[in-house]
Amino acid sequence: MSNPTKNNRYQRQISLKELGEIGQQKLKDAKVLVIGAGGLGCPALLYLAGAGVGRLGIVDFDLVSLSNLHRQVLFTVHDIGLSKALRAGDVLEQINPDIEVIVFNEKISNANALDIIKGFDIILDGTDNFASRYLINDACVILKKTLVYGAISRFEGQLAVFNHPSDTKIAVNYRDLFPQAPADGEVLNCEEAGVIGVLPGIIGTMMANETIKLITGIGNALINRLLTYNSLNNHFFEMELLAMPETGKMIPEDAGAFLKFNYDWFCSIHSAFELSQEEFEEKIHDKNIQFVDVRESGETPQVEDFDHINIPLSRLKDQIPDIKAETIILFCQSGKRSAGAAEILSKHFGKSRKIYSLKDGIAGWQKSKL
Amino acid sequence: MQVHLTLFGQLADITGKTEMILHDIPDTETLIKTLNEMYPSLANAKYAIALNKKVIKENTSLSGDNNIALLPPFSGG
Repeated sequence: MSNPTKNNRYQRQISLKELGEIGQQKLKDAKVLVIGAGGLGCPALLYLAGAGVGRLGIVDFDLVSLSNLHRQVLFTVHDIGLSKALRAGDVLEQINPDIEVIVFNEKISNANALDIIKGFDIILDGTDNFASRYLINDACVILKKTLVYGAISRFEGQLAVFNHPSDTKIAVNYRDLFPQAPADGEVLNCEEAGVIGVLPGIIGTMMANETIKLITGIGNALINRLLTYNSLNNHFFEMELLAMPETGKMIPEDAGAFLKFNYDWFCSIHSAFELSQEEFEEKIHDKNIQFVDVRESGETPQVEDFDHINIPLSRLKDQIPDIKAETIILFCQSGKRSAGAAEILSKHFGKSRKIYSLKDGIAGWQKSKL
Repeated sequence: MQVHLTLFGQLADITGKTEMILHDIPDTETLIKTLNEMYPSLANAKYAIALNKKVIKENTSLSGDNNIALLPPFSGG
């Protein structure tokens, strides 16, 4: 006697009584977007395609390189130099031609995020930088989408389900957990810090698992909870998260405000630009750092304690070529003009230079020395 | 008022330790102050604080034994 489900692609999961035909139909009806087809995105995409998620979106702008292959398991040496998103799409269609794969071969940004995300129900963040992570979080809050978050650092991984609508609990989002973006250089990326391919494999697979649980309603997803996994000692640490009343004010309130929000800037200015007096004191004799006084010439107190150049804020844009060092510390009287100068320079140099502003200015610094 | 502290990610790199036991810590603000004095690089680090596996945002007084974890954000993918 033939069993009608025996040759079904999904027979092994349908036979789980918790999932069944109903769960499989829910997977077929689901729309899931994976942002970043890298170390986390590749395994997540493989298992979501395998499980039969009906509409699967992929966002990535990058090209496959040789150093990706130890962890980005969708690609082979034949793909080097090709678009990650397009190649991932091809492979997933071969694995499961029954699903719809939608490829966005572009970088997620303010300009495209809302349009891309609105076509999906669950968003997986597998990106590799804070600017994208805050941007994706905010877009999910604005559009009320569930965000499955995964991130790694050396031998540790984090996993959470953010912004999931619930009748009983206020949805927690990424900014409730980390309201402020870390400073440039405070957190290393995979390129700088190194990573064994298995770790994003584990965390990316867990992201797919949370997604399948959310779609089918089985088990307990990590809603409003953060899980940390340490691959060296196999420790799992789980904690409950809290929604914070002030978080709402940090997130752009609508599409217009979202479009104007500068995420690259946000992810460097809040900490990287502000240097405390103690930190400033430590650095004043470092000859590799260029110190720039952005006050108008003749303003007092004049500074003689360390070498510096004077470029008034009003002339800064014209005199950017005079600033040659990789690390730049700007100062003024109270810290306000130098913060403005830091913004100008960071827009000009991007992440190629380290740019700091002395908090509370020369006035604050001199006071601290009394 | 003993605190069993667990440090994650780059915070473990800064301190060279994943676990620590600290005594006579009356509240979480004192804990952070003490840690910043022991490890000045921690002062600028961003992290979430979990007291007995629940995230806290405000100074919280401690009595008895407590497990506190400091979790920094990760960006890698």
